[in-house]
Amino acid sequence: MEQFIKPIHLISPTLLIPLFPLLGFLLLSFFGKNLKQAGAWISSLMVLVSFVISIYLFKELGNKQSLDFDVFTWMRWENVSLNFGFLIDPLSLIMLLVITGIGFLIHLYSIGYMSHDEGLTRFFAYLNLFIFFMLLLVMGNSYLVMFIGWEGVGLCSYLLIGFWFKKDAYNDAAKKAFVMNRIGDLGFLLGMFFMLFYMGGLDYATVLSSAEGMEKGAPLLVAITLLLFVGAMGKSAQIPLYTWLPDAMAGPTPVSALIHAATMVTAGIYMIVRSNILYTLAPFTLEIVMWVGVATSLFAAIIGIKQNDIKKVLAYSTVSQLGLMFAALGLGAYTSGMFHVVTHAFFKALLFLGAGSVIHAMGGEQDIRRMGGLWKYIRVTAITFLIATLAISGIFPFAGFFSKDEILAAAFHHKLVWVLLSVSSMITAFYMFRLFFLTFFTNFRGTEEEKHHLHESPWTMTLPLSLLAICSVVAGFLGMPAVFHMPHWFNTFLGPVVETSKGLMGEVHHVDHSTEWLLMGIATALAITSIIIAYVFYISKKQVPESDEETTGFAKVVYNKFYIDEIYDKIFVKPIGVLSDLLHVVVDKLIVDLLVNASAWFVGFTGRTMRLVQTGNTGFYIFAMVIGMMVLLLIQLVL
Amino acid sequence: MNEVVSTAAPQSWYLVLSTLLFSIGVIGVLLRRNAIIILMCIEIMLNSVNLLMVSFSAYAGNTDGQVFVFFTMVVAAAEVAVGLALLVSIYRNLGSTDIDVLSKLKG
Repeated sequence: MEQFIKPIHLISPTLLIPLFPLLGFLLLSFFGKNLKQAGAWISSLMVLVSFVISIYLFKELGNKQSLDFDVFTWMRWENVSLNFGFLIDPLSLIMLLVITGIGFLIHLYSIGYMSHDEGLTRFFAYLNLFIFFMLLLVMGNSYLVMFIGWEGVGLCSYLLIGFWFKKDAYNDAAKKAFVMNRIGDLGFLLGMFFMLFYMGGLDYATVLSSAEGMEKGAPLLVAITLLLFVGAMGKSAQIPLYTWLPDAMAGPTPVSALIHAATMVTAGIYMIVRSNILYTLAPFTLEIVMWVGVATSLFAAIIGIKQNDIKKVLAYSTVSQLGLMFAALGLGAYTSGMFHVVTHAFFKALLFLGAGSVIHAMGGEQDIRRMGGLWKYIRVTAITFLIATLAISGIFPFAGFFSKDEILAAAFHHKLVWVLLSVSSMITAFYMFRLFFLTFFTNFRGTEEEKHHLHESPWTMTLPLSLLAICSVVAGFLGMPAVFHMPHWFNTFLGPVVETSKGLMGEVHHVDHSTEWLLMGIATALAITSIIIAYVFYISKKQVPESDEETTGFAKVVYNKFYIDEIYDKIFVKPIGVLSDLLHVVVDKLIVDLLVNASAWFVGFTGRTMRLVQTGNTGFYIFAMVIGMMVLLLIQLVL
Repeated sequence: MNEVVSTAAPQSWYLVLSTLLFSIGVIGVLLRRNAIIILMCIEIMLNSVNLLMVSFSAYAGNTDGQVFVFFTMVVAAAEVAVGLALLVSIYRNLGSTDIDVLSKLKG
């Protein structure tokens, strides 16, 4: 990044960005009990301040300058020094804006959503801590700082999934998320050790410049990128580590929106885009990233069709969309992947918040089979939900259309991938509209009591919904396809980040204009077909998904998520349980306990025996003493 | 050899004397039952060693041994004070100083 000059005067504002949420966290943890509702507002304000500073940085830096500085040296030995520093470049700026912007809206939403909860300030303290760590993750100038944030967001995710810790099932979900993430983190950690050992540092500048000196496909690069990708699989919920994300829906809905849809789960994509040079130089890994992405996208979409919990559908849709992003990265379309991260952040956050609003109106009911006809009761929620659903289905001119189209265009030269991704988007459109129709149309299927309770949410909830809806409409125009002869602002802005990779990539598959029109046409046609099918099933025929007992055959397999959880349970959890039982009996009971008991018995035995020497007869003591002295004397003489 | 040594008895006499004194002390400690006598026997043992040290000091021609004797005496005085105090206390409680009476402390 030598070509950039360093705008020194921007260092302090940069430091303030993560400090405000941290301050909010500390305030709420120490004085939360006294602040109550005010604490929620303070916490939201902190994120708003960070957002404003991010906008300022964005305006000052643009994409021609970047800021890379070390705050302090953390560790130093021989010729390696690990620094704690920040890097603000176009990529970090985009993430900063998304995190603080959407983060603020979700904070605002939570004020209304969580107002009746007794753990209100604890909730906001965790949210602020999450924002702090997420900011560290994207602002760090080395893999080390990224890893701190990476672990921190994992911790916050754990705390927030298990926020209602009185329910055992929620705690289990939290633990599952944590353990799954640990598997990924191990990969990340090993990747960092490789870098430290072979490249002599962990900051991006060192690693990337050292990578540039290596030849394409060097085993070291393949190893590092694969290990990093294992980390990304865990955090971004890809096959085979995706199972934690649907369970993570146990947390409060704003958490699902912020952490498990908009920000944290995209950390894996951010990391790969950040190390895009490494990945470009390891084509083998890119291939794997692509196939894992495609498989996840399709697999999760299929599971999504048969889910009946409003949040579970959205969770599988998130997994599926993340798969789509990874597929884009695997195709080398880094900016397209990032573009989808941004648009997805808007509409998926909106979908989750909308779902939260629905659940709020239904008084806690999450099963779409018991909803229906909500359109006339909660109009704002319904309209914003429709916009988000259109966006995720890829209907023009909503945001999802542009980003999804870009990924599909990038996949076009690879026919099989293109077909699979198109099928996946088609399924996405179907299950999203299935969800939408079942929730908002036909007749209300809940109880009379619930019907009486139906009400629109307070303004703190509907305002974020409306703002996100606007973003879901306009965000797409940041990246217009070439056929519209408009500047592709997003690609241009991220240009400097992926410049080197572009040079290394060699031939780029550019689709010509007529093909692009055709691709857009096919994508839209598929989406509309799906919507019509969903309409026929769920509105014309007024079908309602059957109850759990009635589900049979393949539908039952899909409904049960292909029994992946059960398979993991059989393959990993059970054997580990058996192994620990075995160790408990053999090692703990037999060996450890034996050693401890034997030593205790020995001490007791010697005590019982030796106490007989203490006769209480003073004459004997004196006699023994004299004998002892004589023995010592003898020893002295003999030796 | 200095003057004192040349006119005095040979050193072996002192060795024999102090060995005798020490043995008397040991045998007294072992055989007697009266705690006061035992205390006195201990004193005899201490002083036999003192005698030995003084004689060695004289024969070697330096004063180290004599300095040590002073220390021994100080310690012995303290020891006697403590020992006698204990004995007085024992006598008050048990009405005897026979060590066979002191057999309460056993395992």
